[in-house]
Amino acid sequence: MKWFSVLLLLVLPLSALAGGKLLATPGVSQIEGSAGGGIVPWAQLAGYASEDEWAISGFCSRGNVKNYTLDVCGVQANIFDRIELSYAEQDFDVPSLNTNIEQDISAIKVRLYGDIVYSDWPQLSVGVQHKSLQDGSVATLVGAEHTSGNDVYVAMSKLHLGALSGYNWFWNVTARYSNANQIGLLGFGGNKANKHWLLEASSAIFLSREIAIGVEFREKQNNLGLGESHWRDVFIAWLPNKSISVTGAWLDLGSIAGVEKQTGWYVSITGYF
Amino acid sequence: MKYFAYTQKLMVILLMTASLSACQSAPQSLYQKVGEQAGLERLVDAFINQIGQDKVIFHYFKQTNVSHFRAGFISHLCDVLDGPCQYDGDSMVQIHTGMNINEHDFNHAVELLIAAMDEVGITHPVQNQILAKLAPMRSEIIKI
Repeated sequence: MKWFSVLLLLVLPLSALAGGKLLATPGVSQIEGSAGGGIVPWAQLAGYASEDEWAISGFCSRGNVKNYTLDVCGVQANIFDRIELSYAEQDFDVPSLNTNIEQDISAIKVRLYGDIVYSDWPQLSVGVQHKSLQDGSVATLVGAEHTSGNDVYVAMSKLHLGALSGYNWFWNVTARYSNANQIGLLGFGGNKANKHWLLEASSAIFLSREIAIGVEFREKQNNLGLGESHWRDVFIAWLPNKSISVTGAWLDLGSIAGVEKQTGWYVSITGYF
Repeated sequence: MKYFAYTQKLMVILLMTASLSACQSAPQSLYQKVGEQAGLERLVDAFINQIGQDKVIFHYFKQTNVSHFRAGFISHLCDVLDGPCQYDGDSMVQIHTGMNINEHDFNHAVELLIAAMDEVGITHPVQNQILAKLAPMRSEIIKI
């Protein structure tokens, strides 16, 4: 967290009057700290900075399924709508084992092309999420090879104005190269497989300028042989202004560490400065 | 499993609606949906009023002849929204060259246009369809 605080202090006095993006176009904050939906990183960069502005944002999220709870808080910096830097801390609570697993994620995303609203082709970004478990004992116990790892992804997004009977339609597709088990909370790699390209996708419709409803899918790899399932959610996001967004979702995370039917709810709040 | 099915259904519905709306023929032009000439005049007047009260982009209009802008924008919108007009004023590039409008200020103008559309009671879907017609012009307006 230290380096980021230093960056914040350096950036804040320089920040131009941000807010140059259209309402809701940055998306919200996903559980690994990148701008995205809830579980999928999107091509948009966090915050409302346009190409000659800076923006800072912060978020906290909670996912609560039958046998586990995940709490995440993080910060994001948007530099000229070209580079997104983010840092997030995850706290995964396993009440049945009376333990919790903590993971830090430092990430960078670079916008390569486009704008989700205006460009002819979808906005395109690449990103890296560097993940590190604070205590890898649970990961090692379940057979993970590493306690830190890097996910690399390519994301494409587009907002189609008025495309669904006049309503705005958003989609995002992300390809992620990863060996993370349960996003890294159970370590990286295992005896069943190694790094793979995984498909993630989101689709949403804006019912108004401020409210979007949508669905997400995240492909998962079964590296540990514990029946790791693909993740799905149905979400509603409320972005009443350029200072705050609130997202609620229904999660279906399938089987986690051999315990099945992990469904539950998710809530996330992002504040933009 | 119930929620798996629900998510998949919603995804299918979203995709199907997308492909259906692509081949729908519009029974009414956008020009008619905004109330034809009188509706466009109300909209442009509301937009001019928004700009007049705005601190961010008003300075771009300091040298502007308001009645010339009003007539030009009404005629341009009438043309773009498939009304019975042919816009023959200056091109977007001619008008905006030298203004060096950045992304922020362009989007701010879009926000004022949305506020104006709200003010004159244009529905959300029609607003989006209008914006979809105007959005491709951005590259002829900004950073020149």
